[in-house]
Amino acid sequence: MSKEHMPEVRPVKSGSFFNNPRNRALIYQAILLFGLGFFFYTIVSNALSNMEARGIKSGFGFLFTTSGFDILMSLVDYSATDTYGRTFLVGLLNTILVSIIGIFLATIVGFLMGVAYFSPNWLIKRLSIVYVETFRNIPLLLQVFFWYFAVLAALPDVRDSISFGESVFLNVRGLFFPEIIDEAGSGFVYAALAAAIVAIIVLRKWAHKRQDETGDQFPVFLTSIGILIGLPLLALIVSGNPFHLEYPEASRFNIRGGISVIPELMALTLALTVYTGAFIAEAVRAGVQSVPHGQTEAARSIGLKESRIMSLIVVPQAMRVIVPLLNSEYQSLVKNSTLATAIGYPDLFTVFVGTSLNQTGQAIEIVFMTMAVYFVINMTISFLMNRVNDSVALAERK
Amino acid sequence: MLKLSSIIAAGLAVGLSFSATAGTLEDVKKRGMLSCGVSSGLAGFSQKDEKGAWSGLDVDVCRAVAAAVLGDESKVQYKPLTAKERFTALQSGEVDLLSRNTTWTHTRDTSLGLNFAGVNYYDGQGFMVSKKLGVKSAMELDGASACIQAGTTTELNMADYFRANGMKYTAVTFDTSDLTRQGFESGRCDVLTSDQSQLYAIRIGLKDPSSAMVLPEVISKEPLGPVVSQGDDAWFNIVRWSMFALIEAEFLGVNSANVDKMKAEGKPGQKRLLGTEGDAGEKLGLSADWAYNIVKQVGNYGESFERNVGMGSPLKIARGLNAQWNQGGILYSPPVR
Ligand SMILES: N[C@@H](CCC(=O)N[C@@H](CS)C(=O)NCC(=O)O)C(=O)O
Repeated sequence: MSKEHMPEVRPVKSGSFFNNPRNRALIYQAILLFGLGFFFYTIVSNALSNMEARGIKSGFGFLFTTSGFDILMSLVDYSATDTYGRTFLVGLLNTILVSIIGIFLATIVGFLMGVAYFSPNWLIKRLSIVYVETFRNIPLLLQVFFWYFAVLAALPDVRDSISFGESVFLNVRGLFFPEIIDEAGSGFVYAALAAAIVAIIVLRKWAHKRQDETGDQFPVFLTSIGILIGLPLLALIVSGNPFHLEYPEASRFNIRGGISVIPELMALTLALTVYTGAFIAEAVRAGVQSVPHGQTEAARSIGLKESRIMSLIVVPQAMRVIVPLLNSEYQSLVKNSTLATAIGYPDLFTVFVGTSLNQTGQAIEIVFMTMAVYFVINMTISFLMNRVNDSVALAERK
Repeated sequence: MLKLSSIIAAGLAVGLSFSATAGTLEDVKKRGMLSCGVSSGLAGFSQKDEKGAWSGLDVDVCRAVAAAVLGDESKVQYKPLTAKERFTALQSGEVDLLSRNTTWTHTRDTSLGLNFAGVNYYDGQGFMVSKKLGVKSAMELDGASACIQAGTTTELNMADYFRANGMKYTAVTFDTSDLTRQGFESGRCDVLTSDQSQLYAIRIGLKDPSSAMVLPEVISKEPLGPVVSQGDDAWFNIVRWSMFALIEAEFLGVNSANVDKMKAEGKPGQKRLLGTEGDAGEKLGLSADWAYNIVKQVGNYGESFERNVGMGSPLKIARGLNAQWNQGGILYSPPVR
């Protein structure tokens, strides 16, 4: 709503201060704010004094004391000698990790399945329908258990891992693959990679402009791939391959070295992807159906290729419907990721609300911090998706 | 999210109540039911049979308190709680009493607003491994993965022990003992660590119990006992002395079979416990036959032990530390007088 639609507030010359609707609104707001403030103040101060009377410790001092327990997986260095503050960080990063991977994969699966619904191929269309109907209607917790206990727990024991060329291993404890270790001079290759990405962006801009001006098309996609592979490869050769691989190796109990993906992460990611993917597929289907058929016909009549009709005409218009739905699916995914606790994936909920809360007993502080985190994450998603929404919205006539 | 809701309930309960509530005894009497927090299923300590009846060493403490307070051991509402849920359940008033293999530690006693009423089982942390690993001692476990239950002292002792011995391990943590057992069985970890009593309980729940063995090392002290909320001394005394009554009855040679005889014609100490002499019950705010009801309906500690975890049970745990102090153990009740 823009300003023009609101009744104009005329400055009142005579008459009292309270007759001015704007002043009055302000006063009501102030009273409400004060009331709310008082309400929360009472709750907080009551809680604090009652907790003290009952001998329950409070405050945020625990964040600086040693945690004393270990965590299955951490993206930053962590050991039992670190603080509870650090356990918070470890949990937070694990939550962000599973959310990002989940959102990324669910979007791909969702779009593929959503578009598959419109396939002229009977089998592909059925596949899409069955997928959506099945996974949308099974409770997520069951799906998490399914992947964890039925699928991943059935993998072979560590001592009889499935191995691919003695460098990639798969067993009940996860997937293990070689890690690329940088040596001196590796910065050069990374720089080349960055340069390639910049070059591609510039190329795209240029090709667009050229097409606008001359109508000539340029094979952007193929050239981009060429640049993306070619430039770093060249750097790799010139600098004499400044990397080596660290292979995972079987030790007495576990597989050590290299990179490992724990089964808890795999199960949770799979479950979130498949479940949210089904909802996204529905959103995509709704989006595509919202584009009037006339658009497709018009596109055909001006001679656009079938494959380009989807990407140039239908999908961009469908996005207006899809994006707001995606926003809420992404937010649900983040909230659903707390089901991690059912299988022991060390996300924020498991590590902080689970173990840390139990070891310190500081429920109120910990729950408050955790709620704040999910709130901030979801507000961030919302903010970003609103930006995306703006960019796909119909360009209005100025 | 049962847990989150109980945390919020705890928060609101603490936030909105203007005076700390005492009077658990009155509440329990009015309700006619004792609400008792137990573990979600641990053979010998708290388990539910097909008919929904609970039994176990920890359950017997709940029954004893119900017998003392309400005169009927069956007036108990059991609330199965995981390690992570237990303290909030007590703080929020969801349970009157927590009897769930809970270790008495300094932190828990001093900062959670709880009081430990005593110790009903002296335990220590141990390890269970699959026999096919060929491990004979915990010192050989460097580099192993360990299945652990979240929110326990086990998590902390494990970190201490491995650090102190310069060894590394991977902590695979689960919410319930069922999940922990499944993790062990599926090979997700090499070793399952927990209080030894629980290892025996979990072991008999394995598909093939003989495939696993408990290692000899005991790496911690785990005094397990009933817990109540801080701030209600009368209730604290009732729980503490109900538990002592179980122990004292065994010490005095009173059991469920001879209790009627002892009540009528026992020695002075026995009569005092059973309410024919003195006013022990009255001092607790209970009837004179409080301890009589406990022994009659639940038995003494020794009976409870043998029936639930001892030689009369599949667990076959020896009395060890949990024998009376004059029988080579450290079980010791202050005198009832
Ligand atoms: N005594 C320790 C550990 C108690 C504990 O929770 N042990 C597990 C053994 S795996 C258990 O009894 N679980 C049963 C359940 O979660 O219901 C403590 O107080 O922290």
